[in-house]
Amino acid sequence: MQDQEYKDMFKIEALELLSDLEAKLLEMKEGYDDIEQINSTFRILHTIKGTGSMFGFNDISDFAHNLETAFDFVRNKKVNITNDLINLTLTASDHMKTMLDAGDENKADNDFISEEILTALNELVPLIEDSPEKHDTKTAGILKSVSEDASSSDMTYRIRFRPSVDIFTTGTNPLLLLKELRGFGECDIIAHIDRIPLLNEYDHKACYTDWDIILTTKKSLDEVRDIFIFVEDSSEVDIDIIDDGTILDKEPKRDKLGEILLDRGDITAENLVPILQKQDEKQKKIGELLVEQDVVSKSKISSALSEQKHIQKVRKKKSGSVLASSVRVPAEKLDKLVNLVGEMVTVQERLSQLAVYEDIPELTSIAENIENLTDGLRDNTMSIRMVQFGITFTGFKRLVHDLSKDLEKNIVLITDGVETELDKTVIEKLNEPLVHILRNSIDHGIESKETRESAGKSSQGTILLSAEHSGAYVLISVSDDGAGLDPDVIYKKAIEKEIIAPGTEMTPKEILQLIFSPGFSTAKKVTDVSGRGVGMDVVKKSVEALRGSVEIDSDKGKGTTVTLKLPLTLAIIEGFLVEMEGDKFILPLSSVEECVELSQENVDRAQGWDFLNVRGELVPYIRLRKSFDIQSDPPEMEHVVITGVDGQRIGVVVDRVIGSHQTVIKPLGRAMKHSEDVSGATILGDGTVALILNLDKLVKAA
Amino acid sequence: MTEETTVESWQYLSFNLDQEIYALNIIQVKEVLDFTEITKVPKMPDFMRGVINLRGKVVPVVDLRLKFGMPETEKTVDTCIIIIEITLDGESTSLGALADSVREVLTLQPDLIEPPPKIGMRLKTEFIKGMGKKDDEFIIILDVDSVFSDEELVSVQDAEGEMDIVNSEDQPEHIEAV
Repeated sequence: MQDQEYKDMFKIEALELLSDLEAKLLEMKEGYDDIEQINSTFRILHTIKGTGSMFGFNDISDFAHNLETAFDFVRNKKVNITNDLINLTLTASDHMKTMLDAGDENKADNDFISEEILTALNELVPLIEDSPEKHDTKTAGILKSVSEDASSSDMTYRIRFRPSVDIFTTGTNPLLLLKELRGFGECDIIAHIDRIPLLNEYDHKACYTDWDIILTTKKSLDEVRDIFIFVEDSSEVDIDIIDDGTILDKEPKRDKLGEILLDRGDITAENLVPILQKQDEKQKKIGELLVEQDVVSKSKISSALSEQKHIQKVRKKKSGSVLASSVRVPAEKLDKLVNLVGEMVTVQERLSQLAVYEDIPELTSIAENIENLTDGLRDNTMSIRMVQFGITFTGFKRLVHDLSKDLEKNIVLITDGVETELDKTVIEKLNEPLVHILRNSIDHGIESKETRESAGKSSQGTILLSAEHSGAYVLISVSDDGAGLDPDVIYKKAIEKEIIAPGTEMTPKEILQLIFSPGFSTAKKVTDVSGRGVGMDVVKKSVEALRGSVEIDSDKGKGTTVTLKLPLTLAIIEGFLVEMEGDKFILPLSSVEECVELSQENVDRAQGWDFLNVRGELVPYIRLRKSFDIQSDPPEMEHVVITGVDGQRIGVVVDRVIGSHQTVIKPLGRAMKHSEDVSGATILGDGTVALILNLDKLVKAA
Repeated sequence: MTEETTVESWQYLSFNLDQEIYALNIIQVKEVLDFTEITKVPKMPDFMRGVINLRGKVVPVVDLRLKFGMPETEKTVDTCIIIIEITLDGESTSLGALADSVREVLTLQPDLIEPPPKIGMRLKTEFIKGMGKKDDEFIIILDVDSVFSDEELVSVQDAEGEMDIVNSEDQPEHIEAV
C-alpha cells in the first residue's frame, strides 16, 4: 500500500518534470539554446532516471538514461542541438507520459515505441554506446549535480563607485551604468551626497555624488567589472565579494552592522570597541552612537544598513527556497480551507452585527479583533489559491507548436503577463476555452504562408497570449495577426442561420459578437483542428460560468483579438450592500465609485430622462425597480450607486444604501442557472440571503 | 444511484396543496423545514419563489401551487418547505417545495397504486407517477424529476394551456415504464 503511495508521488513528480522538460525544449526551439537550457534539460532527465529506478520504474529510467546521455553529449559540445533532436525529445517526453500512465499495461507496445525512439536517437546522436562511464554510481551523479548547482549560485557583490568629478564631460551618464547593474539581479543602491557643496560653490557640470551598490547576481566578477570598463581609469571602482553562495553560511555574524562597517573599512576595530561598550550602557543603536561620536557619516551608516538588509534578504531567500520547494498540499485540502474560511467570514459578520447591536465595549473590541484576524486569514487563504497564469503557457506553446506543424503554417506564440495571478479554479476552467480560441486563431485566423506573403505580411504568423490585472478582474487576451473577421460575412451568415432578423441594424462591433451565438460557425470546411461542431458559444458559456465575460474585436486583414474578462476569485469578494423593497442585494465594491441621492424632484426635473447631473457630468442610470418589475412606490429619497462598468459611469437606483460587506459567494444552484441579472448569492449576518447583481448584464439589458 | 432505482421504496411523504393530497417518494425527501423568509430572485418565473438559507447553503424554493396552476401559497402556521433532492443536468441538487401542510409518511404497496387517469387532471400526466388510495382519499404521487426537469424550471405556463395538452395527448408509455 505504502509502495503504491510512493509510486503515485513519483508519478506526480515525473509529470511535473516532464512538463518542465517540454518548456525547456520549446524555449530551445525558439532559439534560446544557451548552455543553461541544455544543462537544465540534462538535469531533468537525470532526475527522472534517478527517481525512476528508485521507485521501480525501470523502463522509464532506462529510457531517460539514453536521452540523458544524448544531452550529455550536447552539453559537452560533442554534438549540436538540432531541431530534429528537439522534436524527437518532445516525442520521447510524450512517450514517457504514456509509460507513466500505462504502468505495466501495454508493456510490449510501449517497449516497441521506446525501441523506435531510441533507434532514431541513435541516428541523430551516433556517439551513444555502452561505455562503463555512463553507469556511474548514483552518488557520483548526485555529487555532479551539486557541484553544478554551486557554479550557478548567486554571488553578492559590494561595489563602491566614486565617479570622477568631471565624469559628465566625458559624456558618460553614471545613472545608465547603475541601471545596467540593476538589470543583473537584485540590487540596492545608496547615494552618498556628503560631497555636494553649497549652492554658491556648486558647479552644475560636476558630479559630486558617489554610490554604494549591493548586488546579488549570477554573473561573475569579471562581467560586473566590465560594466565600469570605460570609467575605470578616471573613477574609483571597488568591487568586493561579500558572498559567493557559501560565505554567508560560514559566517553567521556577517550581518551585524559593526562587522559590516569594519569590513568596509569605514571604521577600525579601535573605534568599534569603545562604542560597543557604550552600547551596552546606553541601550542605543550602534549606528546612532557612531554618528554621535562622529566616527562615520550618516550616509555611510545608511549604506551599511542597506547592506545589512540585503544580506538578510539573501539569507531569507536561501532558506526560503529550500522550504518552498518541499510543501505540497492536495488541492482538496485547499478547497476545504477556503470553504471553512468562507463560513468563518459569515459568522464573523454576524458577530460584528451583534456587537454593534448590543453595544458592549468588550464585545465590540473582541468583534473588531476577530474581524482583523478573519480579514488576514481570508486574504492569506485566497493568496494560497492564487496561481501564476504562466503555468498554463507551456501547454499552449506545445499546442501551437504541434498544430502549426500539422497545418504547415509558421506560427509563434508570444506570451505576456506570465506572472499575473489568478484563482486556481479559474485557471483550471480556463484551459478549455483558451485552447478553443487558440485553435481558432491557428486554423482560421492565421493564413497559409503563401497567402500571408502575397498580402505583404511576414510569412510567420504571431499569436499573442497575454494576461493583465484590471481592478478586481483579470483580462486575458489572445490576438493574432491573421486574416481577421469580415463583419459582412458574419452578418449574412447570422441571417442565414436565423440568429438575427434580416434588416437588423447593428454596428460592426455588435456584429462581431454574433459569433458567440449558439449554432454559429463560419468555417466552410470541417478540419481536424477546429470545426467539430462546438463553436464560440461554448467559450462564452464557460467564461460566463466563471462570472466573466468575453469580447471579440477584429480588423479585417489585420487580425483578431479575443478578450476574456474574469474575476480574480470565485470565493470571496468585497461587496456593497444595498436594499430594494426589503430585499438586499450586493454590488461588487470594486466597481462602485460613489453614491448620490436622488430626490423625486430631481427625477421630475429631468423630464423622464434617465440622466443624472453629478458635478456637471451627465451620468445615465438604471432603475432596479423597473428592471426587476417591482410595482410598489419608491421611497421619497432614493439613492444612486454610481458604478464603473467597462470604463463607463452608470448609476443604479436603489432604495437604501447599507455599506460594504464581506461577501462569500454561493452559487444559486442549478435550478436558478437561468437567472441572468443575478450571478450568485451570499448569506448575511442575520441569516437571510442577499443576491449578488451581475452589473454587466443589467447594464446591457437596460 | 442504481440502488435508488432498483430498490424502490414503498414509503411516501404526503402533503396538502389546495384541498388535494400529494405525495413524494421518501427517498427523494431530505428534510422538512418550517416556512422561513424567502429572498425573491428577480425576473424568474412566478413559481420560482426565491432562495433560502439552508444552513449556509443557498437553496431555491418552488411554489408547487403556482406551478400546478393553483393560487399562490399563503403563509400559515402549517406552511412547510420540503427539501428534495433532484437530478439536473446529471448532477444532484437540492430544491425546496412549498406545501400547505405536511401530513404523514405512509406506505403504499405497488399494487395499490394505479396509473393516473388520462383526462380530468389539472396536471400534466408526466408529472404524475401514479394515484394511490388511502382511507377513501386519493393521493397524487408526483414524479419529482419530471416536475423539476430542466425545461419545466424555465417554462412559465398557465393552467389552461396545460389542461389542453393533457386532454389532447395520449402518453401512457411513461407511466408503464414506472
